[in-house]
Amino acid sequence: MTAASFRRWATGAYLVVFFGYLFLPLGIMAAATFNSSRFPTVTPWTGFTLGWFSALWADQRMWQALGTSLLVGAGVIAVAVPLGLAAALLLDRLHSRARTFLYAVMVSPLLTPGVIVGISTLVFWRQWFGVTGGLFLTIVAQSSFIAAYAMLLFLARLQRFDQTLEEAALDLGATHGQVFRRITLPYLTPAILSAAFLAFLQSFENYNTTLFVRGLDTTLTVYIASKVRTGLTPAVNALSLILIALTVLGAVTYEILRRREERRRQEPA
Amino acid sequence: MTEVLRRYGPVLTGIILLAVAVWLLLLVILPQLLMVDFSFRPSLPPSKLGGPEDVYTVKNYATLWTNQIHLAIFLKTIWASSLVTAVTLVVCYPVAFYLAQVAPRRRLPTLMLMLVIPFWINELLRTFAWYIILAFNGPLNALLVALGIFSEPQRLLGGDAGVVIGMVYVYILFMVFPIMNAMESLDRNQIEAARDLGAGWMRIHRRVVIPHAKPGIAVGCIMTFMLAAGSYAVPALLGGPQSRWFTEVIYNWFFEGGNWNQGAAYAFILLILCIGFILLMMRLFRVGLTDIAK
Repeated sequence: MTAASFRRWATGAYLVVFFGYLFLPLGIMAAATFNSSRFPTVTPWTGFTLGWFSALWADQRMWQALGTSLLVGAGVIAVAVPLGLAAALLLDRLHSRARTFLYAVMVSPLLTPGVIVGISTLVFWRQWFGVTGGLFLTIVAQSSFIAAYAMLLFLARLQRFDQTLEEAALDLGATHGQVFRRITLPYLTPAILSAAFLAFLQSFENYNTTLFVRGLDTTLTVYIASKVRTGLTPAVNALSLILIALTVLGAVTYEILRRREERRRQEPA
Repeated sequence: MTEVLRRYGPVLTGIILLAVAVWLLLLVILPQLLMVDFSFRPSLPPSKLGGPEDVYTVKNYATLWTNQIHLAIFLKTIWASSLVTAVTLVVCYPVAFYLAQVAPRRRLPTLMLMLVIPFWINELLRTFAWYIILAFNGPLNALLVALGIFSEPQRLLGGDAGVVIGMVYVYILFMVFPIMNAMESLDRNQIEAARDLGAGWMRIHRRVVIPHAKPGIAVGCIMTFMLAAGSYAVPALLGGPQSRWFTEVIYNWFFEGGNWNQGAAYAFILLILCIGFILLMMRLFRVGLTDIAK
């Protein structure tokens, strides 16, 4: 074997191990859903069952937690996407030191540990407004950093925006409101959709921040964590499997749409 | 600013500024400032608030030095998070290099999708997967016993080792993407030229690839360390009473100890730790804030 072919072989082996490492744990977790054992495992295999799906279906508290998660997700979309959009529109037209400073402040929540985002929100709202943990604070705390993700998405799209379109419309007598509604907003629509989608996903899976601001409300992710620690059955695996399937579906759809969009951009109009 | 006004008109500009002010002041800056202020005050019953005892103090910070258990957990969190960061960096570097420089173009979309999918899956579920693998009667113990490495199953859950293993798995993709993005902009001809001039592959990486990928490596390390040090889900699921994480101590101050001021002080210490790590990485890799916050 020559050195070059050995290197190629070693690279291939490394990649197989790496991707196996990424996917095998998820496969084992999924497989445990179909094992009839009371505790989720694949060793020993005690027999095939679909019973854990019906156990999950009958779990009232799971449905309640799902409802809470959907509510919080909708709230976060409603708050974080407009805030991120406004921030990106502002940054896009600033070219000074102010831009660098504002940008740093805006992305800082992404570099802050989630627990601290939760704690600072909890303390602030209780001290200033007497608001305690619950749905409202969960939406507020999650939005504070999810808005930064939305801002980055909008900023990336605005950087490719042909500003002469807006200028032409203004020269032709359109009002600022008309320009925004008829030109800027339609151009940003794909970014608004991806921002809403990402915001929902981030909100849905959030644990560290939510834990501090949830009050007595339980989101689905918090519920799963509590089930793992007390009362774990393979019904939790069934739920995980469904969530993973939905995530994979979402990720694949998102990627396909993103690539189609990219191709369209590369082709001359 | 005049450009903003000219482009959006007074009404829209007003709305934009209001929204940005609400976000940055009400949701980001003021909560952080209040948390810090709060952490320098004693924990008092409501009747004594604003009274003679309500003065600034560093007592809440001193607790960390006097409480040996908390100090040990804090130091453990630092070195374990550093370990997680180092391991992910070593594991990810070859993968990032392959994807950015070596992989054939037609294979890239599939490989990227295979990276993106686990990245999107809930962190808690990925942690839960390791809960099953590491369980006493789980597949890993079964495998290691079958291979004769262990003579009998070992307790893999509930200790620091399980937590570190879980964290490497959960945060590994935060290391791959930044390094890969940084390496992508390196012209392949530079590597070719170095090779033609007689450099071995070690030297190529040390002198060409790594210097170019420095901002990406710095960002990957910062993200991984921050996520590991600030993680609550992984130690809560995979750890136990003997392997508590600093975030769990903070949580207990809030919801079991009922001493929010003390908890806020510990939270601020965690934040300082993360900022310190960012500064260390910037110094180490000689990159600026603009390289990082891209």
